[in-house]
Amino acid sequence: MSALISVKNLTRVFDVSKPWLNRVIERKPKAFLTAVSDVSFEVPENSVYALVGESGSGKSTIGKIIVGLVPPTSGSVEVNGVDLSASKNTADIARVRSDIQMIFQDPYASLNPRWRVRDIIAEPVTVLGGETEGLAERLLEQVGLSAADAHEYPHEFSGGQRQRLCIARALASEPKMIVCDEPTSALDVSVQAQVLNLMSDLREEFGLTYLFISHDLTVVQHVADMIGVLYLGSLVEEAPRDTLFSTPKHPYTRMLFDAAPRMDGFGREVDPPKGEIPDPINPPSGCTFHPRCPLAVDRCRTERPEMRRIGETRVSCHMAE
Amino acid sequence: MNTAVLSVRDLVVEIPTRNGVLRPVDQVSYDIAPGEILGVVGESGAGKSMTGNAVIGLLDPPARITGGEIHVSGQRIDNLPREALRRLRGRKIGMIFQDPLTSLNPLLTVGEQLTETIREHLDVSESEALNRAVAALDEVGIPAARQRIGSYPFEFSGGMRQRVVIALALCAEPELVIADEPTTALDVSVQAQIVALLKRLCRDRGVAVMLVTHDMGVIAEAADRVAVMYAGRLAEIGPVRDVVSHPTHPYTAGLMASTPLASLGHNRLRQIPGAMPRLEALPDGCAFHPRCAYAEDTCRAEPGPSIETCGGRAACWFPLSHDEQEGAA
Amino acid sequence: MSDSTAKQPEPVAPSRLRKVWESDFVYSFRHAPVAVVAASMVTLMVLSALFAPLIAPHNPFDPATLNLMNGFTPPMEPNAFTGEVFLLGTDDQGRDVFSTILYGMRISLFVGFAAVTLAMVLGVTLGLLAGYIGGWTETIIMRIADMQLTFPAILVAMLIFGIAKGITPPEYRNDMAIWVLILAIGLSDWVQFARVVRGATMVEKNREYVQAARLIGRRPVSIMVRHILPNVLNPVLVIATISLALAIIAEATLSFLGVGAPPTQPSLGTLIRIGQGFLFSGEWWILFFPACTLLVLALSVNLLGDWLRDALNPRLK
Repeated sequence: MSALISVKNLTRVFDVSKPWLNRVIERKPKAFLTAVSDVSFEVPENSVYALVGESGSGKSTIGKIIVGLVPPTSGSVEVNGVDLSASKNTADIARVRSDIQMIFQDPYASLNPRWRVRDIIAEPVTVLGGETEGLAERLLEQVGLSAADAHEYPHEFSGGQRQRLCIARALASEPKMIVCDEPTSALDVSVQAQVLNLMSDLREEFGLTYLFISHDLTVVQHVADMIGVLYLGSLVEEAPRDTLFSTPKHPYTRMLFDAAPRMDGFGREVDPPKGEIPDPINPPSGCTFHPRCPLAVDRCRTERPEMRRIGETRVSCHMAE
Repeated sequence: MNTAVLSVRDLVVEIPTRNGVLRPVDQVSYDIAPGEILGVVGESGAGKSMTGNAVIGLLDPPARITGGEIHVSGQRIDNLPREALRRLRGRKIGMIFQDPLTSLNPLLTVGEQLTETIREHLDVSESEALNRAVAALDEVGIPAARQRIGSYPFEFSGGMRQRVVIALALCAEPELVIADEPTTALDVSVQAQIVALLKRLCRDRGVAVMLVTHDMGVIAEAADRVAVMYAGRLAEIGPVRDVVSHPTHPYTAGLMASTPLASLGHNRLRQIPGAMPRLEALPDGCAFHPRCAYAEDTCRAEPGPSIETCGGRAACWFPLSHDEQEGAA
Repeated sequence: MSDSTAKQPEPVAPSRLRKVWESDFVYSFRHAPVAVVAASMVTLMVLSALFAPLIAPHNPFDPATLNLMNGFTPPMEPNAFTGEVFLLGTDDQGRDVFSTILYGMRISLFVGFAAVTLAMVLGVTLGLLAGYIGGWTETIIMRIADMQLTFPAILVAMLIFGIAKGITPPEYRNDMAIWVLILAIGLSDWVQFARVVRGATMVEKNREYVQAARLIGRRPVSIMVRHILPNVLNPVLVIATISLALAIIAEATLSFLGVGAPPTQPSLGTLIRIGQGFLFSGEWWILFFPACTLLVLALSVNLLGDWLRDALNPRLK
């Protein structure tokens, strides 16, 4: 299994300063938000890699950088050896663009309400000037809708059906990989099950690779082969699913697992985690998790931990063993 | 059942539209005892939020209550005039909504909002109200409550803001709290804090809580009993352990099975075919029969039975027995 | 196994016309008597302006059909000399007021529609650019818009009119007057289109369907035209309707002040200007009927715009 996507030392800083005049009047310096900080990982072909994290962890930003919606500040993303943000070769860029597609969280906002379903689904191919005859109809049946739906408008469909439309659209350019940004978190549980099953069927049928971005541990545990845990823009732990869930090494991962509500946790009295996610504009020094960490020592406050390999796990924690 | 804090009997909410009358809530009955948390679950459009809004009298017109009764600690409230109902809200019933930002007034400090609410509902002096406000913030776990009382809502983080909302809901010492998706907008770690807080307050004060959410995990951990709604009707109600582990309504069973569980791994999730019908187009008979694997002619012909006629657990003509579930699982 | 089964199949597929008739939009129209009356009035006036040569008893601007002896005939009374009867009377030169109104309305409506179209094209384009590109483009466009808003629109129109008139050679002035008028009103009116479209564009561009179009490599102009434009048209339609009423009034004001349509091509405003000279000598009808026409036209268009705003506002549904 070779790496389809390799992310190296990816960093993205956003300028979140107030407008120039406000800064002058209020005497405030420019403000920067480090959404992604030195993240490296690889996604092997035909696997499901999941990025988990809470709000502000940078998981969506990483997804957007990979599909080329947001340029990285530093570091690189290579898709099949092509760096989308650095490459000047238009043929390479076009190939990568049709190799990678994305499914978004909100099935209501991700379909243009003024377009017919046929045009929405065929758009990735239309833009590249490809043949679209019968394409939408074929894909609609593939995702469990009816070919007759092609001339409808999106408002005729329920949330779950819309997410199927998004999947059909993502499949149109015959991609190798689909970045799924919280694809089921806007859906009801029973519909979520339908969509997750569909995604797993399509993966087998087309040999797809998924980058699955989610905050929901139960969903991630169900779908992922490899899981990367993000906290405040940094990858804190990465491990194969079973290893991660059986022996989490980073204290943040452990905290997440403990805090997540469980279906069998009747009347469970959890000792809720301390504190909240810090302000990403002024992140804590050293290891960003140290203010909430039960294991923190002086070293954690000053020195940012490097990614270390322990068995199958990569973890960035001074105390992990 | 006069001991119940909240008692809802055969509640019907209707919305007249030009294509006929819709019933987002249909013949719903349940009780909540003091100190009990009743979880209300269902998919979007099942009528769970509408039920909560009907209880607190905050239905958006043209939706209105057209049948049934609502009693809060023995007093009937569904036929009260608007003004009396407004006084009752806050005093007897506290409310917690999904988005803490919209349920706080952004132009008033947290202290002003708390003391105003306290003085409106309780006969106390200004300084006593302030003391109570500080105590309320302290109780919901806001550090340095006395210093933060002059802060505006935007100066708090999301989780802290939801704590302020909870303090606001509880400061007039209500007997019933309606929490509509209180943790949905929050991160996992903060969600755990808020759930723990709700449970503690409910236990300490003997407040009855109606916890509306779509998250089965939250229900399992927080609720004592759970009511499952489908297409405006109660599908099943019972102690949380029984309903989650041994559902008897086929819909509940499907709902539980479709939740991704740790042990399932890469296996396919069990899924309920189809989607919940729109209110405009409810099928004849039991509303669930087109998606139900166990449906028989009775289900297609007869409207779904009421829970009372089926032994008080599930509104189903052919409730599942435990053996069947073992076989199905 | 799919949730497509739950999509309620219609028992009988309704015809397209039936679907339109049942749609929320048409339903709200049918149940708003004011809108129905206003729409009928607007339609009636547009049609009668369009077919003025067929409806009008004679062409008031063809000197051959005029008889000076018919001057100052009151409405519905036979003329003292010729015995002819005129529905709304005649003016000093014996022109039938009804005919002049029909022809005047033609000019007013043409100027109104053309000016609004110009303002709309300009405003929507600039608004889309400002909202989608942002940065300096946005700053420059929106500051110009802000500056223009500090002057009353009518002053801006007069300024543009004056400059345009100054640079046109005198022999073309009368022919160009109408076009200059359209330019002046159009340029004074683009700001509100630009503001609304910019705001709507900023909302739409962050929606995921636009990101989805970006990531497959669609070009920005194509995204603006094919994706964003169709989704910001609702408010544009509302503003266009209300602007039409304003443009008609602006044209009348300019013409009334004598800087608009020339007497050889009189609009409603010109007619009112001419008519007000006779008000105190007793020939009230020369002023009264054109003024009423203007009032009814502007009011109807405005009421239609008001209804449209409510009908297209998703929050009021």
